[in-house]
Amino acid sequence: MSRYSTLLVANRGEIARRVFRTARAMGLRTVAVFVDADTDALFLADADEAVRIESYLDGAAIIDAARATGAGAVHPGYGFLAENADFARAVSEGDLVWVGPSPDAIAAMGDKIAAKALAVEADVPVLPSTDDPDHFETVGFPLLVKAAAGGGGKGMRIVQTADQLADAVESARREAGAGFGDDRVFAERYVARSRHVEIQVLGDQHGGLVHLGERECSIQRRHQKIIEESPSPFIDDATRSAMGEAALRLASLLSYQSAGTVEFLVDDRSGDFFFLEINTRLQVEHPVTEAVTGIDLVREQLRIAQGEALGYEQSDVAFAGHSVQARLYAEDPANDFLPATGTIEAFEPHADPSVRWDTGVGPGSVIGTGFDPMIAKVITHRPTRTEAAGALALALERLHIGGVVTNRDFLTAVLRSDAFLAGDTTTDFIDRVEPARRHDADDHERRRLAVAAALWMQAANRHDAVTLPTLPSGWRIGRLPAERIELAHDDQPVTVHYRPRRDGGFALGLRGDEGRARVHRWSPADIDVEVDGRRCTYRVARAHDRLHVTGAGGTFTWQLVPRFSVPHIEMPGGAVTAPMPGKVVEVRVKAGDEVEAGQVVVVLEAMKMENHLRAAQPGTVTEVRVGVGDQIEKDVLLLVIDDGRETSDR
Amino acid sequence: MTRTLLAPPLPSALDTGDAQFRQNREDMLEQLAQIEELLDEADAGGGPERMERLRSRGKLPIRERIANVLDPDSPFLEISPLAAYKSDYVMGGGMVVGIGVIAGTECVIMGNDPTVLAGALTPYAAKKWMRALEIARDNRLPYISFVESAGGDLRVQTGDGEGRRRAQLDHFAETGRFFYEMIELSKMEIPTVCVVFGSSTAGGAYQPGLSDYTIMVKEQSKMFLAGPPLVKMATGEESDDETLGGAEMHTTVSGGGDYFAEDEMDALRLCREVVSHLNWRKPGPEPRFDVEPPAHDPEDLLGIMSRDLTKPVDVRDVIARTTDGSRFEQFKPRWGATMVCGWASIHGYPVGILGNNGVIYPDAAQKAAHFIQLCNQIDVPLVFLQNITGFMVGKDFEADGIIKKGSQMINAVSNSTVPHLTVIIGSSYGAGTYGMSGRSFGNRFTFRWHTAKIAVMGPKQIAGVMSQVRRGQAARAGIEFDEEEDAETVAQVEAIQEKGSLALRATGAITDDGIVDPRDTRDVLGMCLSVVRNRPIDGAEGYGVFRL
Repeated sequence: MSRYSTLLVANRGEIARRVFRTARAMGLRTVAVFVDADTDALFLADADEAVRIESYLDGAAIIDAARATGAGAVHPGYGFLAENADFARAVSEGDLVWVGPSPDAIAAMGDKIAAKALAVEADVPVLPSTDDPDHFETVGFPLLVKAAAGGGGKGMRIVQTADQLADAVESARREAGAGFGDDRVFAERYVARSRHVEIQVLGDQHGGLVHLGERECSIQRRHQKIIEESPSPFIDDATRSAMGEAALRLASLLSYQSAGTVEFLVDDRSGDFFFLEINTRLQVEHPVTEAVTGIDLVREQLRIAQGEALGYEQSDVAFAGHSVQARLYAEDPANDFLPATGTIEAFEPHADPSVRWDTGVGPGSVIGTGFDPMIAKVITHRPTRTEAAGALALALERLHIGGVVTNRDFLTAVLRSDAFLAGDTTTDFIDRVEPARRHDADDHERRRLAVAAALWMQAANRHDAVTLPTLPSGWRIGRLPAERIELAHDDQPVTVHYRPRRDGGFALGLRGDEGRARVHRWSPADIDVEVDGRRCTYRVARAHDRLHVTGAGGTFTWQLVPRFSVPHIEMPGGAVTAPMPGKVVEVRVKAGDEVEAGQVVVVLEAMKMENHLRAAQPGTVTEVRVGVGDQIEKDVLLLVIDDGRETSDR
Repeated sequence: MTRTLLAPPLPSALDTGDAQFRQNREDMLEQLAQIEELLDEADAGGGPERMERLRSRGKLPIRERIANVLDPDSPFLEISPLAAYKSDYVMGGGMVVGIGVIAGTECVIMGNDPTVLAGALTPYAAKKWMRALEIARDNRLPYISFVESAGGDLRVQTGDGEGRRRAQLDHFAETGRFFYEMIELSKMEIPTVCVVFGSSTAGGAYQPGLSDYTIMVKEQSKMFLAGPPLVKMATGEESDDETLGGAEMHTTVSGGGDYFAEDEMDALRLCREVVSHLNWRKPGPEPRFDVEPPAHDPEDLLGIMSRDLTKPVDVRDVIARTTDGSRFEQFKPRWGATMVCGWASIHGYPVGILGNNGVIYPDAAQKAAHFIQLCNQIDVPLVFLQNITGFMVGKDFEADGIIKKGSQMINAVSNSTVPHLTVIIGSSYGAGTYGMSGRSFGNRFTFRWHTAKIAVMGPKQIAGVMSQVRRGQAARAGIEFDEEEDAETVAQVEAIQEKGSLALRATGAITDDGIVDPRDTRDVLGMCLSVVRNRPIDGAEGYGVFRL
C-alpha cells in the first residue's frame, strides 16, 4: 500500500516550498530537511517540521529523517538526488514511497548513451552520434562532445572542425570526471540553429499515460535555460502531435510512472526534431505547463505515488492561453553571467495575483556559492504570447530587489525584444540578438531616482528624529545652505541639494533653481514623489549605506556617501583580493616567499572555473590569510605582498 | 490622559476676502521680501571675494560649518540674523548664533564669520555672543563655539579706519564677561565645546582655553597668547605660527587641544561625536498632546496686522492660527476682556497664552496677574502675544488703582519662574512692554513680526506730549507760541520716533532674537518650547494663588 499522510521533501529553497504548497493543500503533513547554511531559509517555515542533515546529497540521512518523523513518502524536487536511481531504490526499499519514476527508469535514462538506444528502439528520431571515441568524426561536423552522465552544460564542447576534436574531447572528459565522477563522453551531430523543445509526460501505475504538450526552452545562457514557455511559438499542431506521440512511445517503453520530460532538439530550418534525453523528475520550468493545462504537476506526482490513476486521457487534456516563465538569477549578465553572491536586502514582488512567483528567498536571505543562485521563477499566463511576455517583463521590472546583482534587466530586455516577440527563439538567441545586459538609467531617470532617494532619506531622518520631530523638515529661521545628500552609483557621485519650501515642496539645486519636487506620501518602504511634474511611487529599502530604489525602470541601488569620512587604516598596497566569490583550490606561496609581478599566487575556483590570481608587484609575501578549501566572498583579502618600500610614514 | 486639550477649536470670523485683509497681506509680503533681501545680505558675509578666498584655502564659510554639524534635515533657529542693520557693520555683525540639533541634542552654536574683518569681534558680535551665552545658561543648552577670530576690532580702539560713524556701544569694558560666562556654564555642568577653525589669538585663545572640549584642525587652527609679530616685539624671539600654536603642537605637546582633526569636515565630525557622548538628557517633560495642525490656516496670519496699528485686531485670530487644532480654553472671558488669557498646546507642549485685545485696564491687569500665577502653579510656560499701547490712563483709572493693579501684573511677570516666550506682533509701548514680559523681564526669547513697533509711547503721542510741554513753557515765559514751527517739530519728532520704533531698528540693535514671518510663529514657539525643556520647568512657589 502506498498511502501516506506525511511527505518529506529532500530539497531546499523554491522547489521545496513549491512541493509543500501542494502537499499542504492536499492535506499532507510536511517535513523539510536542511543543512547549516539554510538555517534561516524560508522553506523551513513552510514545513511542519524540519530535520538537520549534513548534506542534501546524504541519502541515508534523509531516509533516517523520514523514518524519524514518520514521513511515508519522499519527494526529491529537482537536482540533488532527484535523478539518483540508488537513492530512489533505497527509499523504496526502506518502505517509503518514492515520489517519482521507478529506479529502473531513472537508471535507464540517466545514461544518455543507453537512453538514446532506447529512443531508437521506440522509433523516436535521434541525432547521429557515437560513443566510440575513435570515430567521433563519423557523426559529421559540427559536432558536440557531451558527458555521458552529464547535464546542465557541464562537460560539453562544440567542435567545428576535425583539428579541434582531440582537445575538446580531452577537456570535456576532464570536466565530466570532475563534475560527475564519470568521464565517459560521446559525440553527437550539432545542429547550428536549433530550438530546445520538450514534452511533459505523466504516467500512473496503472498504465495511464498522457502528454501535456510542449515547452520551449531555447533561451539559454551558459547552456542553462532562463526563459521557458508553453506552447512553443514554433511548433505547429502536426509537429506537436508527432512529438507528443514520440514521447509517449518512449515513456510507454519505460512503463513510465510520475512526471517526466522528453527533451528534443528541433532544427529551426527544417522543423525536424531529435531526441535528446529524458529528465526523470519535475522540471524547473513545470509551471508553464501547469498554467496552460490547469494541471498541478506536483499534485499529479503525489497522487500517482499514492497509487491513484490519472483519471483522464490524452483527449481530456486541453490547452488554454500562453504561459512564459523567467528565471531570476543572482548573476551578472554584464560579466558573462558569472554568479553573484550577497545578502538580499530588498525583495518585494509587485502585488499582482495574476503573476506567479516561485521563490525560496526573501529580505535577509543570503545567496552564497554553495547552491544554485536562482532567486525566483516568475510565471505569467495570458490569452496570447505577446501579453504573457509583456506581463512577465512588467512583473520583473516592478520587482523591488536589492543586495545582489541579478539578470532582471537582461530578462526584461529579452522579453521586450522584437526577436522574442516574433517567436524567433533559437538556442543561439543571446549571441545572435544580443539583448541589453543591463538597464542604464538615462540622465533624467537618474536624476529622478536621486531626488527620490534623497527625499526618502530626508523623510526618514524626520521620522527617526527624537528631538523636535514635529518641526517641518529642514526648517530654518535665517539662512543656511541647502540640505545636501551625496549618492553614488557605479562610483559615479551625484549630489542632491534641496531646500524645503513653505508650500511643503522642495526647491532643488544648491541655489534652488534646478526644479521642484514634492513628497506626496512617505513610508519606511516607499515614497510617492513628484519631480518636475512627474510623479511615481518608488519602493525603497535601506541596508547599511545602500539605498535600493525601485521605480518604473527596475531597481537602482545608490550608495549613500557619508557626510563625514572617518580616517581609516589604508589597505596594504600589495594586497591580493578575491575578484569574485569562490573556493580556494590552491595557494602557491607561503609567508616569506619572494614573488615576481604577475606570478600566480592563489587559484580560486568559481563555478567550476579556475581563476589565477597574480601578484601585482614584486616583493615578499608577508601574510597569507586563506587556505585551500576556504570558501570566500568577493573582495576578501587573500594575502599581502610587501614591496619593500619604506612604509613607516603610514 | 487625553491626547488633546478638551477645549474646542476657536471659531474665527476673520474675513480673508476683505479689502483691508488683502491690503495687509500685500503689505506684509512686501515687508517679508525686504527681510529676505536682508537675510541674503547677511548670508553673503564679507562678500563673494572673501568667501572665494576662504574656500580656496580649503575652508568652509561659517554657515556651511553650521549646516554640516547639524543633524540632516533638523531645524535651525538663527538668533538675531539681522543684527547691525543700518549700521557701519556687515549685516549680522560678523557672527552667526543659533540653536540647532547636533546628535539629537539641542545646542547653542556661535561662530565667527572669518570673511568679516577676519572674524574680529564687532560690537554687534559681542552682543550676540553674550546672548548666545545667556541662551545656553538660561535654557541649559550645550554651548558650541566655532572660533576663527582676529580678536578685538582694534580699529575701534585706535580710531583707525575710514572715519565713519561707529556703533556707540562701548564693548571693551564688557569683553571679559564672555570668559566669565563660559566658566559659569561649565560650573553649571553645561558642556562647552570649542572648535578652533583658524586663529584664536590673545583673548580669543581663552575661548578654547576655557571650554570643556577643544577640537583643533591640522595646519589651520592657531592658538596663542601672542602671535609671532608680538612675540618678536616682546622678547625678540623668532617663531612661526604653526610651531607657536598649531594644532600639532597643542594636541601633542601643550595639551591645549583635545582632538586633532584632519580638516574642517573632520573637525565637525569630531564635534558631533563629542556632543553625542554628552549624555544630555532633558529634564523637562516631553510633549503631552497630539500635534494637530491649527484648524485655521496660518497663511491668514499675513493679513491680520495692518501697517497702521490703530486698526483693531482680535488676538484670538492669531491664537487660532498658532495652537494645536486651534484649541484655546479662555480664562475669565467675560472679565477684563482686553487681556485675552487661556490655555492651549503648541507642537504638543502645553502653554498659557496672554494676548492683548486693547489697552490694559485695571481689571485686565489683575486678570493677567491671576493667570500668570495659575500657570506657575501647574508649571506651564507662558506665551505673550504683544499688541499693546499701554496701561489705561485717566482720572477714573488712576482712581481705580491702575498703578497698583498694573504693578501686580508686572510683579507677577517678574516673579514668574516658568519660561516666557514673547512675540511682538504689533504695538509694544511703555509699561505695556514690561507687563507683557518684554526683553528686560527675563523672558527666554523675544521675536517680532515685521509689523511690530516698540517705544516708550506711540510716535504721535510723544510728539504731541512734547508739543504741549513747549506750549506750556512758552505760556509761562509769556512768549508767543509759533504754531507753524511747532507743527514742523511735531512732524519731525513723529517721523524720528516712528523710524526708531520699527521692528528692523529694534532687531538691528539686538533687542530681540529676530523678526519672524508670521506663518513661522507656531514653529518658532514650538521649537522654543522644546528648547526650554532642557531645564526643569518649575513655577514660582511660596504663596497660594491670590485671586486679584
